[in-house]
Amino acid sequence: MKKIFNKKNKLIYFDHASTTYTDKEVFKKIKPYFVDNFANPSSIYDIARKVNGDINEARREIAEILFTTPDTIFFTSGGTESNNLAIFGTAYAHEKKGKHIISVRTEHEAVLKPLEKLKKQGFEIEYLPVDKTGKINLKNLQKAIRPDTILVTIMYANNEIGTINDIAEIGKIILKHRKQSGNNYPIFHTDACQAGTSLDLNVKKLHTDLMTLNSSKIYGPKGAGILYKDRNITIEPQILGGHQESGLRAGTENIPAIIGMAEALKKVQKNKDRENIRLRKLRDYMWNEIESKIKKVKLNGPELTDKDHRLVNNLNVSFLDIEGEALLLYLNEKNIVCSTGSACNSLSLDASHVLLACGISHEEAHGSLRFTLGHCNQKSDIDYLMQYLPSIVEKLREISPVNIK
Amino acid sequence: MTKKDNSAKIQDRDGNAWIYSDIVKDHFFNPRNILKKGEEDDFDYDGVGRVGSPACGDEMVIWIKVDNKTKKITDLRWQTFGCGSAIASTSVLSEMVLEGDGMTIDQAGQITAKQITERLGGLPPRKIHCSVLGDQALKKAIEDYQKK
Repeated sequence: MKKIFNKKNKLIYFDHASTTYTDKEVFKKIKPYFVDNFANPSSIYDIARKVNGDINEARREIAEILFTTPDTIFFTSGGTESNNLAIFGTAYAHEKKGKHIISVRTEHEAVLKPLEKLKKQGFEIEYLPVDKTGKINLKNLQKAIRPDTILVTIMYANNEIGTINDIAEIGKIILKHRKQSGNNYPIFHTDACQAGTSLDLNVKKLHTDLMTLNSSKIYGPKGAGILYKDRNITIEPQILGGHQESGLRAGTENIPAIIGMAEALKKVQKNKDRENIRLRKLRDYMWNEIESKIKKVKLNGPELTDKDHRLVNNLNVSFLDIEGEALLLYLNEKNIVCSTGSACNSLSLDASHVLLACGISHEEAHGSLRFTLGHCNQKSDIDYLMQYLPSIVEKLREISPVNIK
Repeated sequence: MTKKDNSAKIQDRDGNAWIYSDIVKDHFFNPRNILKKGEEDDFDYDGVGRVGSPACGDEMVIWIKVDNKTKKITDLRWQTFGCGSAIASTSVLSEMVLEGDGMTIDQAGQITAKQITERLGGLPPRKIHCSVLGDQALKKAIEDYQKK
């Protein structure tokens, strides 16, 4: 395969929220686990003990970053599985207490789809509304919690528009409610898949009982994730078989992916302050360039200056009068890649549920592009983008019959 | 090249393969017979048809000029808001209608979405339903001409 990040025909990658390449040092570290250190960690001979020890070291390292103990870290196959485990696992273990679950419309499908299934099984799912920037009102959450609410699941940061929720504040509201009612409900889960590279993951500060993280968005290999689970919380396993992960998740461990995830998380968390400053600068430069050189553009999501509520690397822009997929394909032709909230990008043939939940019109949602920056991006990438983007937008507007006022 | 080869190609979504056929790609990047925004008033058309809406994700407008004696379409121009296949399918439709010395309005009114899709060398299945609207816009333009 040709190298995509070489100088000739360089790929300009603006889709880090979709997935990241594996960090080179991480890749180097995990290579021995494919051929040499291949043993099943559940076996008792020496080479298996060695691998088992390495997995537990990875578990310990991740626990340290989350300010928790290793027995609260459970390895899964990724973010989707961790979300499924948290939601189904909590619902089925606690349905005798109640069937009311609170969430938000802007969640990822890996949360929304399990909730839809639970609804069909008789659970009551309440979605909190969001404002035009994707934020929830904490008062609405306070009002929504009932004696039969068993679970609150609210994402840490949104994958499309980069909205950061006040997880610590939500956690405090839930703790206060528990104190008043004298029990341990509701249980609080957050999907932190988009938070891993840039935000604080201290569960003691966030007050979460369950937290999802994945490897493939933090420069780790694909195929690993974790669910953090407070040791006082009981959930039901969803994959049954061997005794792995203390019986919470059966199946032989994906050793290279697990080792790689721990290494990747350590590295991004160590460098996050410096990288956040760099990416914010680049992202703001990108928006300034787009806004000053292209007419009829709209920023989706929180203001870029609202540092506490917008991911540093996210830019979501609607280009009025044109459709996102067409724009994306023209950019792809120039080796520039990003995402769109257009219907054409989804199997549902409807525009982004996140943008629509924020009250953004279908027309504007169809014309949205999401740029998410990361390690490989430099200022020159944005300058390269701006060599082509204005004229592509111009060309597509010329052939479009739409003229949004 | 046979049709079968083309349809296999567009369904190949791995590696560096383009999700659309080369014909789609050509029409998408080099759309034929467009009427640029702002130049509508200068085009002396005999019929116009509009279908879809930007809220649905696709909208297109077709303008036609018709020779009153021969009932042949002598010029066809269009605009499209939509994805790659929407733009390419309208472009290829304009080519089909204007080929040779142009189709008669009866011939043009019988063009189907299936014919447009075949001419493009196929489209990803889920795209056909939503993005091939040109035949409907053309029928509306012909009706508009006949009313006048």
